[in-house]
Parts: sequence; C-alpha cells; structure tokens
Amino acid sequence: MAGGKYLLGGLLFIVAAAVGPFLPAWLISLLTISLASALVVLGLILLWRAGLVSFGQALYYAIGAYAVALMMRWTGIHDAFVAVIVAALAAALTAYLVGFLLARYREIFFAMLSLALSMILYGVLVKTEALGSTDGFNVSTPTFLGYAPHGFALTIALYWFALALGAVAAMCVSAYMQSVAGALAVPVRDNEIRVEYLGVSVTKLIHLKLVIAGTLAGVGGAVAAMSISHVDPAMSYWTTSGGFVFITILAGAGSVAAAFIGSILFELVRTASVALMPGTWQLILGTVLLLTILFVPGGLASLFVRRRKVAGEGAQ
Amino acid sequence: MTPVISVRDLQKTFGSVVAARDINVDIPALQTVGIIGANGAGKTTFVNMITGHIRPSSGSIFFAGKDVTGLPSRTICRMGISRSFQVAQIFPSLTVYENMCAAAAIARTNASVVRYALMPLLNEAAIAETEEAIKLFQLSKYRNAQAATLPQGVRKLLDIAMAVAGRPQVLLLDEPTSGISVEEKYDLMEIVMGALKSRKVTVLFVEHDMELVERFAERVLAFYDGTVISDGSPAEVLGDPRVQELITGHAIARSGSVAHA
Repeated sequence: MAGGKYLLGGLLFIVAAAVGPFLPAWLISLLTISLASALVVLGLILLWRAGLVSFGQALYYAIGAYAVALMMRWTGIHDAFVAVIVAALAAALTAYLVGFLLARYREIFFAMLSLALSMILYGVLVKTEALGSTDGFNVSTPTFLGYAPHGFALTIALYWFALALGAVAAMCVSAYMQSVAGALAVPVRDNEIRVEYLGVSVTKLIHLKLVIAGTLAGVGGAVAAMSISHVDPAMSYWTTSGGFVFITILAGAGSVAAAFIGSILFELVRTASVALMPGTWQLILGTVLLLTILFVPGGLASLFVRRRKVAGEGAQ
Repeated sequence: MTPVISVRDLQKTFGSVVAARDINVDIPALQTVGIIGANGAGKTTFVNMITGHIRPSSGSIFFAGKDVTGLPSRTICRMGISRSFQVAQIFPSLTVYENMCAAAAIARTNASVVRYALMPLLNEAAIAETEEAIKLFQLSKYRNAQAATLPQGVRKLLDIAMAVAGRPQVLLLDEPTSGISVEEKYDLMEIVMGALKSRKVTVLFVEHDMELVERFAERVLAFYDGTVISDGSPAEVLGDPRVQELITGHAIARSGSVAHA
C-alpha cells in the first residue's frame, strides 16, 4: 500500500518534471512558487495534526529567504544547494530557539504568539536599512553545482530544483507521519495527559514538530527567494502566514499530496483572481475559502481519505 | 525485602487546605491494595503524588528503593509506575486498535523524541503487544470502534490496557468502576484483576464499593481527612469501628452497596 503510494508519487514527479520544458514560463514560475508554498504547508500540516495552528510560519519562510539572499550577497556563493542548506539551518535554529517558548502554548495562545514572533521579524526588517528596509533587496542568480543557466533555462532549472526538494520533503514527511513521533500527533491533540502517562514529553514532541515545520518553511523561503530574485519584509508579514494557513485549510491535514495540489490550486486561483478582478481579487479567494470550509471542511485530503475508505470497504 | 512503594511523611497542602498529611505506607511487590475513603479524604491526592501528577509539599516517595519524589509523571511512568484515571484517558479520535498501538509503540521502547521520529509506529513488538492486550482485556469486539463511541466500561478497560502497555511494576487505578453500572462493575474488575495478575503487577486501586474492595483487595488503606486511619486486611479495616463510623457509612450511602458496618 505504502509502496504503491510512493510509486504513484514517483510517477507524478517524473511527469511533472518532463512536462516542464513544454509549459509557458509564467506557469513554470507559478508552479515553482506553489512548490515553495507547499513546503511550508507540509510543515503546517504536521502542526495542524497535533491541533496547533501557526499564524506565524512566515517567520521561518522569511528567515530562509533572507539567509539565502544574504549568503549570496556577502559570501559570493551562489550555489542553490548550499543556499537551501543554509536556509534550512537558519530556519531550523530559529524554530529550535523560539520552540522553547512556543511549545508551552496551545490553541489561540500558540497561534497568536507565533504570529507575534513573525511580526517582530517584520518590524526588524522594515527598520533595518542595511537589509533594504521596506523595499528589501535583490537576490543573485543561483547556480546549480557549477551549472549557471539564464533566462528560460534558469526558470526550468529552478522548477526542477523545487520539484526535487518537494519530492524529498514529501517522502520525509510521509515517513515521519508513519513514525512513532509523527503518529503521536493525533494522540497529542486528543489527550496530552495520556501521552505524558505513556512516558513521552508532549512539549518535546511539539518542539520537534516546530523545528521540522520551521525547517520546511525555511527551505520554502529559499526557493521563493531564488525564484522571485528578491526578498522583502512582506515575506514575514502576517498575511503571508495567513496565505499558508489558507492553503492548509484547502489541502487538509490528512495527506502529503494534498499540500502540493492545494498550493498549486491556491496560486492558480490567486493569479486568475488578480487577472479578473485586479482591485478586489481577495473577494474570489475569500469565496473559495468559504466554500471549502462549508463543503469540504477536511480539505482536499479528506476526499482522498474518503475515496480510500470507500475502496477499502469495497474490497472487504 | 525492599517494598516496591515506600511513602514517608507525605504531605500536600493547597493553600490553607491540607489534602494529605503524615502518610507512611510500605507496599510490598505484587500486593493488591484497595484505597478507600470518603470524597475529599485524600485518596486521589495520594495517587497523584505517587504518579508525579502533583508534587508533594513535603515527605518522600520511594519506588524500589529509589527516591521518585517530585519527578515528572513521564519519568515515573518510564521507571515502572503507571496509572489509570477516574475519567478514562484515551484518544477519542482513534480506534481501540490504534489507541493500543500508540500506547504499545511508546511504552515498549524508551527513546528520545528524535529517535521516535525515526522509528516506525507499526513495529513487530508493538503489534504483538497490541494483539495480546486486546485479547487480555477482552476488547476484540471493539477492535475497530472509534474510542469516542465506546461505552463507559469499555473506555475504562482501554484506559487500563493502555496504562499496562509499558509492563509497569506498579499500577494505580483511580476509581476504575466509577460511572459504571453495578452489574458491569464485577465483570470489569474480574477482567482487569485477571489481566493484572497474569502480568505480575502490584496494584493500588481507589474504590468506593466496599464489596469490590473486600473481594479484590489483599490489603486496604482507609483514608480520612488526608491521612491513613486504618491499614490492614479487608476484614480488619472494614471491621474497624473508626472506618465504619467515618468512611463506610458514607460509602454505603454513596454507592448503595451492601453495608458492612
């Protein structure tokens, strides 16, 4: 069953990579940004399953993005692989440090505290002229192990790079969900007392989830920074976090694949909304969110789970 | 022989309220101890202090000779003292099988959370433990039922089965039959005590029903006003005039069971 899931995922990955060169540049860029968002959403799903909603995931997203931008500016290293590692480490370290505080809170306090932390970063970035203040600054063109593409080749290379990162992240998150620590997400949400009385520290479990989610968001931020070629404080603004939460609602917490589908759907709807109603595009996004909550409260993932259940019952 | 649980001068105060005072008890291994007392007598406070749920104000608790006073509940649990609760502490979203799997996977391995992230939930040991526990606690009928939909008695059984998943040396049961009909109480206690006997566990159970205490306990601790006023065999304690005056009269009125006074 799990083998079939990975096989299907692998096939989708190959198809997605293969069709890339035949797609228009704008769509490839949109898919790359969607993949960056999907990485953040994968982390949010891990928290969501444990009953935690982070309204501050943009903190790690921005840390990852700025880490890449600053590394390229200060060190002259432009390799995308090194950039992602640096972004992941910077975001993981941030998540590890703030995790000591966040892991102690639940529900609305957790949500608001995470939001507050991202807004503190926003304030710092806005006030720091060396980092471009509100304008931010441009990110150098990345290279890939010595390969330095330009123009459409760069767009494709970044797409493949994001796709590969997405595939690795999806496999790791899927494996984590099957692990003892990952599978304890629902028990933690249901009953922390019993988890503690089985001998596991709930605080440490949540701390670990925060670090994983933060790392994924940092990698997402790195991909976004290289794709957009620019970083600015809006990457840490609460509306950016809100967008990730929006996608998580759309995707649901039950499936890794749904994070990717939800992210692509979100970017497509947002792009179409802006094209159709430039001044009031939020109206369409809001309606989509409303309809999702009303008719698919479990998100897209619930459709997969329902289908799997029906198939299972049919087999019995 | 070192007692498995040894409590010395245990005291707990909540502000000006003394919930437990001057408790001195030794529990030998494999004994089944009933804890009786009226509401507010300090029974649950005693259980909570031993299991690390609350920290004693003073005094010491030793487990197999080691001082466990004030340690976190999860550490005490890892050392071999487990418990069930007055309100069953289960995972309502999961099925009975998933509840047991989660408990077994954690309880059978002592690892850091980082190592838990690398260990698959469904390993052979956890599956074997789950299957055995489901059989032992007669939960097969409810195997695939969501825990939230279970009858009260089955919830209690699941709670206890999960508490035993880590093969503890000592198990504290806080009112295992509360909220269960009189007819079901005996069946539940038969299943639980039978299972615990086969697992060679020292049991302390808080109970209001004196018939159950008399039937299943080898020794009884009678609590009143935060301290142990009588300690001995069920016949000795339930025949103690002070216990009859201060406790069993209350318990009879509460549970409606047959009088021993």
